[in-house]
Amino acid sequence: MEGKDVQSFPFFGVERRGAPVQAYTRIDDKPIRVKTNIYSPDCVVVLDPSLLKSQNITVGLKEGGYLLINTEKKPEELAIAFKGNMATVDATEIALRLGLGSKTAPIVNTAILGAFAKLTGLVKLDSITTAISQSVPSKPEANAAAAKEAFEKVRIRRMAA
Amino acid sequence: MTKVVMTGNYAQSYASKLARAQVVAAYPITPQTSIVEKIADFVASGEMETQYIKVESEHSAMQACISAAALGARSYTATSSQGLLLMHELLFWAAGQRAPIVMGIINRAVAPPWSIWTDHTDSMAQRDTGWIQYYCESNQEVLDTVLQAYKVAENPEIRLPAMVMEDAFYLSHTIEAVDVPPQGDVDAYIPLKRSPWLLDLEKPTRMGSFMGPDIYMEYRYLVAKAMEDSKKVIVEADEEYGRRFGRSYGGLLPTYRCDDADVVLLTIGTASCTAMEVVDELRKEGKKVGLARMRVFRPFPGEEIAKLASSVRAIGVVDRSWGFGHRGTMFTEVAGSIYRAKSRPLMKDYITGVGGRDITPQVLRDIYLDLLKAREGGDEMEWWGLRRPEKEVNRNA
Amino acid sequence: MKTYKTYADLPGAPIADVPTQEESTAGWRTSRPVLDPKNCSKCYICWKFCPDTAISVNDEGWPTIRYEHCKGCGICAAECPKECIVMEREV
Repeated sequence: MEGKDVQSFPFFGVERRGAPVQAYTRIDDKPIRVKTNIYSPDCVVVLDPSLLKSQNITVGLKEGGYLLINTEKKPEELAIAFKGNMATVDATEIALRLGLGSKTAPIVNTAILGAFAKLTGLVKLDSITTAISQSVPSKPEANAAAAKEAFEKVRIRRMAA
Repeated sequence: MTKVVMTGNYAQSYASKLARAQVVAAYPITPQTSIVEKIADFVASGEMETQYIKVESEHSAMQACISAAALGARSYTATSSQGLLLMHELLFWAAGQRAPIVMGIINRAVAPPWSIWTDHTDSMAQRDTGWIQYYCESNQEVLDTVLQAYKVAENPEIRLPAMVMEDAFYLSHTIEAVDVPPQGDVDAYIPLKRSPWLLDLEKPTRMGSFMGPDIYMEYRYLVAKAMEDSKKVIVEADEEYGRRFGRSYGGLLPTYRCDDADVVLLTIGTASCTAMEVVDELRKEGKKVGLARMRVFRPFPGEEIAKLASSVRAIGVVDRSWGFGHRGTMFTEVAGSIYRAKSRPLMKDYITGVGGRDITPQVLRDIYLDLLKAREGGDEMEWWGLRRPEKEVNRNA
Repeated sequence: MKTYKTYADLPGAPIADVPTQEESTAGWRTSRPVLDPKNCSKCYICWKFCPDTAISVNDEGWPTIRYEHCKGCGICAAECPKECIVMEREV
């Protein structure tokens, strides 16, 4: 939409429910030719805060990069050693309140996209809300609203480590 | 042209829809299943008119396609790994019967151990069946190549089935922006060309019946000849596609910065586009490297390889499939073609990326540097990245 | 679970080093079945239907769920004719 090239794909550990899943995305102004896993990301987004207990989510994350976590806590309340731009947003609460997904499995990714736009500036909020309205399978307005709300509510801190 | 973000799997689905496949045989296997699921969506919504046959195994899927082809219908199916292996005996039949089937293959490693990740052993193991084999490096290429494959397969001089390969996950589940050509333009590019050898209720006959030693060889030769003749047709189909749709892929063996290259890597699948980044980096550092991509493995581009070999000092072949008992599958055939080259370059076989092990830019960079250092050797094979015990590692240093 | 450093450490054939009984798949599930014996008629339909043989029968004849292997599919709860089994959300 903004004239950039994009590539995105998942990396499953095992084909089963409940296993941590990684997804990789590349955004570039030029055509993207590399098609491999991402080992040193510029940005890490954590959708499930329970992963903070079992995974080292900052492995490979570049210094000065971006870390976005779905949690009600503030960045300084999480004990994560990271030098860069950290942000938190309670996407779960937004999703539950707006009725996205189910009570036990809320869909947080649209809200997170709004927070991502604010944190990184890599993509405009308008592009995100337009894309969401055009492509989500249900509740386009609620999903777009979730993105907008997360954009406004996300807490960003420059962490010195 | 509409640009749609889609996975490599959906690129196959869209292509079969544009090609107006009349029969689709569907059987699921990770990581191919979403291809046939998307086609089911197209059929349910009325966007695609096709006989969607849910078969009980991949063997039946191929049989359904062969039967459809015997009645003159354009058919499509897709599979991977174990499913492709299950179809093996019928692949010979499809080619021998001259059925112009197009099949999407999502390259997935072969068990045991059980793996869902990518390598090319599954389709490499089918290289003797008489099928034309394309290996793609982007979702756009997948969509375009399926259409090209129909053109080649149905060409009256050729009439051979074709497989269009893509790497599991790195293409099948990777979302990229793809231009979807307009239906009318695709219809003009690949109008259905019925085979002259059909099973017809009005004129009943038999196909594939018992034939003695006095004529079997000649029938097999016809397949070999068609395969040889297809080289020209594949290149023409690609060039015509370029004229009509603005995209073409360099025929059988596209090359990148090989003209003044000292060493060249020969890659296949998505490792190729990653390698282009590495070539650019190394060139900036003053190293004269180039890349050749095996886009079409059957028919084998022997002349193109021989020509390339005559102009470089060393060729490294990056096989993403293993070779047991000899060298990697691609290397062995490349080495055979080099025999007739005017001058023979140094050669080395790098087996890597097997079972889905990632071929990162660093891996390719290290392989290039290894090849640049090489001063002698003809058929060394190295399983690059293999976890070796200490005492073996030091031996290589 | 053993970690293998090099090919020389591998057994040769791809055989698992942990017996199946010792490998817990409890982490796979999002809800767990809970059986209330009050109305249970010991028909053993749950035992028959469990695809993972995670339900066994104890010495008193009551169906017992082995939670180390239960993957939470919910088939036992769906099949119990007396509705003795309820799926409770764990995650």
